[in-house]
Amino acid sequence: MANTYNLSHESLNSLFGALRKDGRRIMAPVEAGGRTELAEVETPAQVASDYLQTILSAKEVAFPKVERLLSYTIAPGQVDLKDTEPKAVPTVLFGVRPCEAKAFGALDAVFNWDYRDKFFNARIEQLAVIGLSCTKADEACFCTSVGGGPADATGSDILLTPKEGGYLAEVCTEKGAAILNLAPDLFKPGNGVDKAAITAKVEQAFDQPALTTKLPGIFESEVWTDQALRCIGCGACAFVCPTCVCFDIQEEADPKKGERLRCWDSCGFHLFTLHASGHNPREVQGARWRQRVYHKFSYYPERYDMLGCVGCGKCTRACPVDMNLKEHLIEAAGVKA
Amino acid sequence: MEAVNQRAKELLEKGEIKAVLGYAKGTGHVRRPHFARKAGQVDQLVLDAACLQNLAVYVTKHEVKKLGKVAVIALPATQRAILQLMAERQLRDGELVILAVDGEAVKELDSAAALEEHLALKAQGLDAKDKALLAELDAMSREQRWVYWQNELSRCMKCYACRNSCPMCYCGTCTMDCNRPQWVPVASHGIGNLEYHAVRTMHLAGRCVECGECGRACPVGIPVHLLTFAAEESIHEQFGQRAGAKAKLDYALSTFKTDDKESFIR
Amino acid sequence: MDEKFEPKITAFVCNWCTYAGADLTGTSRIKYQSNVRVLRVPCTGRIDYMMVLKALHKGADGVIVSGCHPNDCHYTSGNYHARRRWMVFKKMMEVMGVDMRRITFSWVSAAEGARWAQLVNEVTDQVRALGPYAEFRQIIGAGIE
Repeated sequence: MANTYNLSHESLNSLFGALRKDGRRIMAPVEAGGRTELAEVETPAQVASDYLQTILSAKEVAFPKVERLLSYTIAPGQVDLKDTEPKAVPTVLFGVRPCEAKAFGALDAVFNWDYRDKFFNARIEQLAVIGLSCTKADEACFCTSVGGGPADATGSDILLTPKEGGYLAEVCTEKGAAILNLAPDLFKPGNGVDKAAITAKVEQAFDQPALTTKLPGIFESEVWTDQALRCIGCGACAFVCPTCVCFDIQEEADPKKGERLRCWDSCGFHLFTLHASGHNPREVQGARWRQRVYHKFSYYPERYDMLGCVGCGKCTRACPVDMNLKEHLIEAAGVKA
Repeated sequence: MEAVNQRAKELLEKGEIKAVLGYAKGTGHVRRPHFARKAGQVDQLVLDAACLQNLAVYVTKHEVKKLGKVAVIALPATQRAILQLMAERQLRDGELVILAVDGEAVKELDSAAALEEHLALKAQGLDAKDKALLAELDAMSREQRWVYWQNELSRCMKCYACRNSCPMCYCGTCTMDCNRPQWVPVASHGIGNLEYHAVRTMHLAGRCVECGECGRACPVGIPVHLLTFAAEESIHEQFGQRAGAKAKLDYALSTFKTDDKESFIR
Repeated sequence: MDEKFEPKITAFVCNWCTYAGADLTGTSRIKYQSNVRVLRVPCTGRIDYMMVLKALHKGADGVIVSGCHPNDCHYTSGNYHARRRWMVFKKMMEVMGVDMRRITFSWVSAAEGARWAQLVNEVTDQVRALGPYAEFRQIIGAGIE
């Protein structure tokens, strides 16, 4: 059970100072040219004041869009191979939404499944998450349909909920307690706030367990092809998604040197499953769209006992042709709540 | 709109077409591309100022061609794109029913010649906002422009929404996807992004119908359309032609004049 | 600026005119600066703009693109096509903020050995004065964690 405190706006200022004094980088949503994006900040004043979510997800702090895995140089008769040490900076992720905080669990499931990924883990170990409950939501949001909520503390080391004069601070983990211990005086005892009254109302839109049960039976349904008719096959949904974990390994080399890079990839690309033979098991966009849905709502529960979706709605907001995930799930499986 | 829907319904009922491609209500105030495949679905189609996407991106797709003959509710940018696609022989005369919508007026067209004649009546040009943005870029020093684009392109993650939303990017295998040899790096790092956007722009120079779909599609808000607009405007200035205006292919970079004027070749 | 800086210049030249012209420079025993690396291609029509970008990517500080004078193309019209492409490419590079003082387009015929030497010397001097293309170098590796 989390310990709850009160944190005033002034105290937050001091907390930022204490975190930076402790050698931590603070990443938070900022406004940059009409876009909300994650950037390093020094004070709470730099943090965007009124935002729904960032466009990209917070996954980039642990799983960047391009990262170096190894590099090498070649001289006559000699190959010098260098392992890359992950660039893991002590980081506090401030002000991310509960859905995104929770999403690190879905990344962890893959990066620590049958192999412990050195790069992901190095960054996660150095990462602390100070989540911020949502006071507003939009039509793309559906966290409550996938087991989350606008004030859900899962994934946050400390969860802040805005209230009169400051925040209710729930210290949920040891990492959170470590932050509290940097400046214990700032956290005043307090509780008794009705979080539900403050935070956004997100109606449950669909019955997820029913969806997961139903999916294996409708694999061959025409509905996926029909829905995907307007999908243009870009990777916007996957790249903004906080749980999409697929990557591509690229070698960039010339005769003297080279490096191996890990880059984000998307199952929406026709190249994603293209075999060297020329055969493509997911030949049409309908099959690729279906894969996206099934991976999140059928294969993830089957393999990791969790969902591969946190209901943040970023994919829906980013889609150039408005593929609305929530709406399409309901349409496909008839599981309206 | 009612006239368009009425006609679309008729065509569907008579079996002359298999689907109507138009716009429908989407999330919030957004409009989305929509395929009405039964007469009963035609009523879902809407047409208002929020309808933005260039629908021509769909008409070359394998999945859409497989449906059979399609009627497209075509706003001016979609009309230009379809005409350019016809000029590039990606569509045949009569392959589509083009319900050309211009304000209140609707015309039913089905050939490149008819489209050309129809579009000739309208001036094509950039809207004031994009003109201003291009002028802003122009007013910057060379160094500022470099910093501006590097800053913008650093956001690019190569989701290819700009490419995939473009009606002119219909290649089955894009040069970006060729890896033997790897011409442009796959990774979205500094040089990879610069080269990708340089290639995209050059491949669209002389073919861009200036609908701005690429810029709208970008999830991280990079104004990539300014690159293709600048290229297309430069084609217009230097060679006096525009894409999406002629039924016969008139591609500036596949032809030349012996007296093309330049001042920089030593 | 580092006085020891010697620019690397990559020259893409066509087989029939500029390459032969450069050959004539040599057989005429005209001396010119040795900063240029010549890459011969069949025709200027073959010179993809990406080759120019790749040269900068791989470490060139300056690029020369040269072929037959208009009307002299061995393949009749390759250079005319190339000229149009350069007209658009140059504009695009300017819009993107690439330093066009580092990319030189020229016509050098098979008979113009002296002109080739002069071109290389001028370009080399200019790029040497500009210094290494550090701005472009900075984006190589940028964005990789």
